[in-house]
Amino acid sequence: MASRVFHTEGITKVYRTGNVEVHALRGVDAELFMGEFTVLLGASGSGKSTLLNILGGLDSATAGKAWFRDKELTAMRERELTRYRRDHVGFVFQFYNLVPSLTARENVALVTEVAKDPMSPEEALERVGLSARIDHFPAELSGGEQQRVAIARAIAKRPEVLLCDEPTGALDSKTGVQVLEALDRINRDLGTTTVIITHNAGIRAMAHRVIQIADGGIADVVVNETRIDASEIEW
Amino acid sequence: MRALDKKLVRDIRRLWAQSLAIAAVLAVGVMIMVMAFGTQRSLTETRDTYYERSRMADIWSGAQRAPKSLLPEIAAIEGVARVEARISQFAILDIPGMDDPAMGQLLSVPAGGVPEMNVPVLREGRFPEMGKENEVMLALAFAEAHGFGPGDSFAITLNGQKREVVVTGVALSPEFIYTIGPGSIMPDDQRFGVMWMAEDVLAAAFNLSGAFNSITLGVTRGTDLAPVKDALENILKPYGGTGPYDREQQVSNAFIQGELDQLDVMARVVPPIFLVVSAFLVNMVLGRLITLEREQIGLLKALGYGDAEIVWHYLKLSLGIGAIGVLIGWGAGYVLSSVMANIYVEYFKFPYLVFMQRPSVYAIGAAAGLFSAMLGALLSVRRIARLSPAVAMSPPAPTRFRRGIFDRLITFFRPRQPTMMILRSIGRWPVRAALTSFGISLSAAIIVAGLFMFDSFDELIDIAFVQANRQDAILDFAIPRPESVLDDIENLPGVMVAEGALTMPARLYHEHYSRTIAVEGYREGNRLVRVFDGNERVDVKPEHGIVLAERLADHLQVRTGDMIEVEFLQVDDTRHKVIVTGTVSQFFGLSAYMDNDNLAALTGRAPQMLMANVVIDEAFEKELYQAIKDAPAISGITLLSQVRRGFDETIKESAGITLTVYTFLAALIAIGVVYNSARIQLSERARELASLRILGFTRGEVSYILLGELFILTIVAIPLGLWIGYGMAAAMIESFKSDLYALPLIVTDKTYWRAALVVAGASLASALIVRRRIDRMDLVSVMKTRE
Ligand SMILES: Nc1ncnc2c1ncn2[C@@H]1O[C@H](COP(=O)(O)OP(=O)(O)OP(=O)(O)O)[C@@H](O)[C@H]1O
Ligand SMILES: [Mg+2]
Repeated sequence: MASRVFHTEGITKVYRTGNVEVHALRGVDAELFMGEFTVLLGASGSGKSTLLNILGGLDSATAGKAWFRDKELTAMRERELTRYRRDHVGFVFQFYNLVPSLTARENVALVTEVAKDPMSPEEALERVGLSARIDHFPAELSGGEQQRVAIARAIAKRPEVLLCDEPTGALDSKTGVQVLEALDRINRDLGTTTVIITHNAGIRAMAHRVIQIADGGIADVVVNETRIDASEIEW
Repeated sequence: MRALDKKLVRDIRRLWAQSLAIAAVLAVGVMIMVMAFGTQRSLTETRDTYYERSRMADIWSGAQRAPKSLLPEIAAIEGVARVEARISQFAILDIPGMDDPAMGQLLSVPAGGVPEMNVPVLREGRFPEMGKENEVMLALAFAEAHGFGPGDSFAITLNGQKREVVVTGVALSPEFIYTIGPGSIMPDDQRFGVMWMAEDVLAAAFNLSGAFNSITLGVTRGTDLAPVKDALENILKPYGGTGPYDREQQVSNAFIQGELDQLDVMARVVPPIFLVVSAFLVNMVLGRLITLEREQIGLLKALGYGDAEIVWHYLKLSLGIGAIGVLIGWGAGYVLSSVMANIYVEYFKFPYLVFMQRPSVYAIGAAAGLFSAMLGALLSVRRIARLSPAVAMSPPAPTRFRRGIFDRLITFFRPRQPTMMILRSIGRWPVRAALTSFGISLSAAIIVAGLFMFDSFDELIDIAFVQANRQDAILDFAIPRPESVLDDIENLPGVMVAEGALTMPARLYHEHYSRTIAVEGYREGNRLVRVFDGNERVDVKPEHGIVLAERLADHLQVRTGDMIEVEFLQVDDTRHKVIVTGTVSQFFGLSAYMDNDNLAALTGRAPQMLMANVVIDEAFEKELYQAIKDAPAISGITLLSQVRRGFDETIKESAGITLTVYTFLAALIAIGVVYNSARIQLSERARELASLRILGFTRGEVSYILLGELFILTIVAIPLGLWIGYGMAAAMIESFKSDLYALPLIVTDKTYWRAALVVAGASLASALIVRRRIDRMDLVSVMKTRE
């Protein structure tokens, strides 16, 4: 059995706004494995992003524990979390989040300049099929292209885990497939553990593992015996 | 270059107009610092070197006639390193081609050929030689004013004997770097000049052989001057000593010191205003940038950049702006310093002007500039650390508007919706609105503080030369005369009224305070010179007591009704108890007034006069001048009409420049604040405004919503600024107060209006620039961009 990359025990997250309390996560116990392509599914507001953010060291839990390998994320201070994000994690967001004043290459360089053993920005962009757009500013790229730059930026440091929050959410089906293919290829070629949040149930067929979130907890975990290719996904 | 640095450069380029507006405000702060500190240091150094090299005296005293045999005793006073006795006299001059008489202060050159102290620096020719009755050496200012050089000649009346003298040389003196005649307040090099003649010649003319009437002392470094002055005073008392004074009261030095103090005040007061405003602007612009880029900041954090790296990135932006400001400030400061140097060369007669551009001054300017940029930045980048990456990545919640008291208040008035939006926006960010208003108000304050001086001068002239002094001229006598001499004066052609004035050097005591001044005699019925209170505009009679100038009363810590003691320096040691019967606000000198008869009773001497005040019939001016040039008893003349004219001219000259400079400075602040605020508002509310445009609002209506807020803030800022300006003016008046003069605190409506109009104009101009942006706003692209 593959070794665990992440596991959590009773992760709880409560947001307080004024005197209203929102229980985003209610005691989640989850496991994610090395090299796997995992899909997080769930209704809007069910707590997917919250879980992913805690795993990525972007947010803290109200209670419970989370580990990356044998390191306890929930015990880390801000400085260690920064270190952790810098060394181990790649993020892809729904709205790309590119720096508008930097070109595609420079957006990737933002990461390669601070990473330990990065690939070159050119190579990263090559992997997502964007060699031809290397000196374009974000405003000069289509949505799908921007998202692929974001993926290139996320993988350029050869992260152990790639966390993607609705990477295809803002894209049409054709470009969405292109983005998924890029992610799938990286997962296969580099063995990067990949977690994707999506609302698109069709994507579950290409995952090793599908985790269903409902109302702040894990409702179901399915392990696929066979996976389909990204290009075969019905949108 | 690193990717983040590329972002930095592109950010600065994108924000160039705002960055430049901030940099310009900052530059002014740095410029004035560089200029004022640099000039102040150069001037101080020049003066100190000059004093050192020419052995400038530390203590001076006059006497009526003191024997030279006193010198060993004076030299033996503890701490005295050098003594020089000399003859100092005033004389009427008859200059070819000049109708009105000029006045000269004659100083003796000792037998050695060159004075040992206050050594004149020869510019041309040579010193006058012993025994040469017709040789005179001129001070440069006077020589230049008349185009005199060696070989030229004019007439001089020495103790009633008119003689033709020939110029042997031209020199500068450390005692007369700034030269003003007695009774004057402005240099008039045409009518008053310093000159030197051989000691034996002057001694013969003034009957002072083997004697002196002026003495200068040099002390060893670190000597306490007070005991030396006391000892000197005691020695000279039997010989009509006029009371020793030191450099603080020496006129030329006091004026230079006044100039240095002004530069100091300028360097300390003005730059901070500009630096604070620029810090505020940096804070505002950077704060907005961080709000705009919160997702990018969140992203950088998600990518593993630490807080420190991200904070440093934004600090570099402000440092960039700071650096641009410092560079501009350095350049402008450099130029301004040399302009100032030229002005000083014109006003002050130094043999050389040590005008170095000091690296330390530039370093201080740079440090202050960068510090304020950093300060402004630090207050806004604090937010970066608090921004959690997960929150930063999600779009900000719509700004929460609350129904507070302020809101209820504005809804009560039921304004139209656009006005409602303006008022809500102010109520939502009250601190920002207050700071913006404060920033704009400083612009108005600077104008008031910069220009009120002219109002004060106007008042001063009115009081000193119209209300209090109504004579056309003051005639000085070489030696004290009895009152009967007034008949002779009135017999001079053209003299319509003549009144005598008597002064007696005296020391006033109260508790442990004391002050050496000249008590002026007051004669009931005199019309020409009034003991006049500037504030109340009333005459004050000394009656049986003494009336003090307010600043003198402050020095002595006395009020009307208190008793003080008066010792007449030329009479004896007796301290007479005298009651203070009143105080008057006066702007020149430290005066005290007593009734003539009362003075005579106290001192046991009949009132005698040193000066006569006269009213002249203009039709006989020429005849009068001729008569005065030939009159043996008159050693000097001050024409008040000339003093007034000189003063007016000097003020008019500088008024234009000052007005331009301060208008420029104030406009810079107003534009910097208003333009940046408007740009930030535009960036924050672009979507809202674009939506309104799509809903069918006109450009004018939309601009009103955006600029209306700034309009309101400016309206609030103006009275606030006028008030702050008044406070600054009052503080300046207080800090410029000296023994020589004080200025009345007057700010006229004209100045207030000027300040208000400049600020309103500058605000309007910046609003219009931003208005053009609103007009050209591309609705589609604004709506498409996500915030
Ligand atoms: N900063 C916050 N403050 C208050 N409540 C929050 C905050 N962030 C998330 N929540 C709440 O926590 C719950 C879970 O949010 P989360 O973003 O994890 O949902 P999600 O599953 O990612 O939803 P979606 O599919 O819409 O992205 C929601 O009810 C949301 O309203
Ligand atoms: Mg989500």
